[in-house]
Amino acid sequence: MNVSVPPIRLGAGPRRGVWAGRIFYALLLISLAVGFLTLGTLVVDVFRKGIGFLDPVLLTEPPSADPNKAGARPAILATIYIGLLLLAFTVPIGVGTAVYLEEYANKERWYNRLLEINIQNLAAVPSIVYGILGLAFLVRGLGLGRVLLAGAMILTLLVLPTIIIAAREAIRAVPDSIRQGAFALGATQWQVVWRQVLPAALPGIATGSILALSRAIGETAPLLLIGALTYVAFDPTLLGAFTALPVQIYIWTRQFQEDFKLLAAGGIIVLLAILLTLNATAIWIRNRYEKKW
Amino acid sequence: MPETHTELVRIGGMKQEDLAERERRLPPKEKREVLFDVSELRVSYHDLPALKNVSLHVYGNFITAFIGPSGCGKSTFIRCFNRMNDLIPGAKVEGTILYHDQDLYGNDVDPVEVRRRIGMVFQKPNPFPKTIYDNVAFGPRVLDMNGNMDDIVERALTQAALWDEVKGRLKKSALSLSGGQQQRLCIARCLAVEPEVLLMDEPASALDPIATTRIEDLMHELKRDYTIVIVTHNMQQAARVADMTAFFSVEVSNGHRTGILVEYDTTPTIFTHPNDKRTEDYVTGRFG
Repeated sequence: MNVSVPPIRLGAGPRRGVWAGRIFYALLLISLAVGFLTLGTLVVDVFRKGIGFLDPVLLTEPPSADPNKAGARPAILATIYIGLLLLAFTVPIGVGTAVYLEEYANKERWYNRLLEINIQNLAAVPSIVYGILGLAFLVRGLGLGRVLLAGAMILTLLVLPTIIIAAREAIRAVPDSIRQGAFALGATQWQVVWRQVLPAALPGIATGSILALSRAIGETAPLLLIGALTYVAFDPTLLGAFTALPVQIYIWTRQFQEDFKLLAAGGIIVLLAILLTLNATAIWIRNRYEKKW
Repeated sequence: MPETHTELVRIGGMKQEDLAERERRLPPKEKREVLFDVSELRVSYHDLPALKNVSLHVYGNFITAFIGPSGCGKSTFIRCFNRMNDLIPGAKVEGTILYHDQDLYGNDVDPVEVRRRIGMVFQKPNPFPKTIYDNVAFGPRVLDMNGNMDDIVERALTQAALWDEVKGRLKKSALSLSGGQQQRLCIARCLAVEPEVLLMDEPASALDPIATTRIEDLMHELKRDYTIVIVTHNMQQAARVADMTAFFSVEVSNGHRTGILVEYDTTPTIFTHPNDKRTEDYVTGRFG
């Protein structure tokens, strides 16, 4: 059967949206470049300046008036202590709040909705405001003084909303069919949460918590406000005066001697290394546990 | 009497004689053990009625099917038997379901204890994101059951006709199983806590025909030891597996849809000579 079919021309349609597509693609590349170039410039600049001061002295010595002898040992230690305290404070409180809001709270009650809105707002409050709160309430009100514990507590308040939100997302991502399956077997609410929901949400909670932690570790403003010291020559203790790595860096950049500015660059490299380790851990946890699904 | 193709389809590929034979083998009404005595059951969500005035008896060691069009309340109804509706905010159940002469909705009844005795298999296989072993062991563990866990797991998997397929990989993730295997794992998970009743809410609707057949065969096996209640939108399936069938329908008033029980009888009666016109329209495919 020979029916003559008119030739189909595939190459000659109107070229709709070709330019719009190209422009959009170019804009995407530009956005990417802005981010990369900024970060790259920063990292290269910091490394070029700081590499000379990145030596054992920086890690093991206390600050000094002589830039060649000055180190950040107390600040690094304090930052590590603060990080550990933060984990100990924020994870139980944050996960507990998230579990309550997602698994127990009756969302039709006004006070639960109020709580939710408040937490979301708190996540957007500038860190300096938390600093003021810490100064008024913890340092003076409770009479804790300008100590490391107060610093850790104020950073806890700062990142708690972020952790709660991250943990809620992770808990909400656990399919309801898992809960139903467990309930149908005669598990109690507690058993469902503890044995099914939390283990399944763990990767998400861990990732969110670590990312929030790394944000807190880089914070300077609230610590300055509650009085992290400018010069600390001794290893930090829980209830003693302290400084933290970002504060130490800030102080060094304000010194007149050029060498201190280079030393600050060295400190920035150490801080970056700590943050990178934390974030890498978060990514590792996420990949490792997601594979099991 | 020559059977037409339509008649065969309508009764799930079973011959009329087979159905009649099955009916003869059912114990007579006075000898049946009433396991659930449902009377005047009403369910509402946020004060909007979803199911009204259902009364029926579910008999021990029977397979009872609930059929009907979408939105007729059959899933809502089956979830009353293990109090899963308690978990839905705004759901309210009125009326009584007597189980061993106790009202399931009585004040002193613990829903957790109810669910231990009355297991449930869901529409979509929902294995826990754990190993095959841990899936089956979960129920016995949360209930602190006595006995060797390995034995409990093996027995449950054997009962669910899954043991031979998984015995070499008990420590592998349950999510590595096929859909049909996952559903049998969910059945094994229920059996591990030694319930008396298995509720199945469209257990095969997400499965392919071969996996469906396996589940149906399994139901016939399990009938000896368990009472099974199944919700299905597949009429042929009800005809193939169920001893008793309840047909639910939807009543529309003021734009609101409420489920009602139209007819409840032996499966052959429902499929070959139902008493209600609505049932006949549904099972012959004129409606729904």
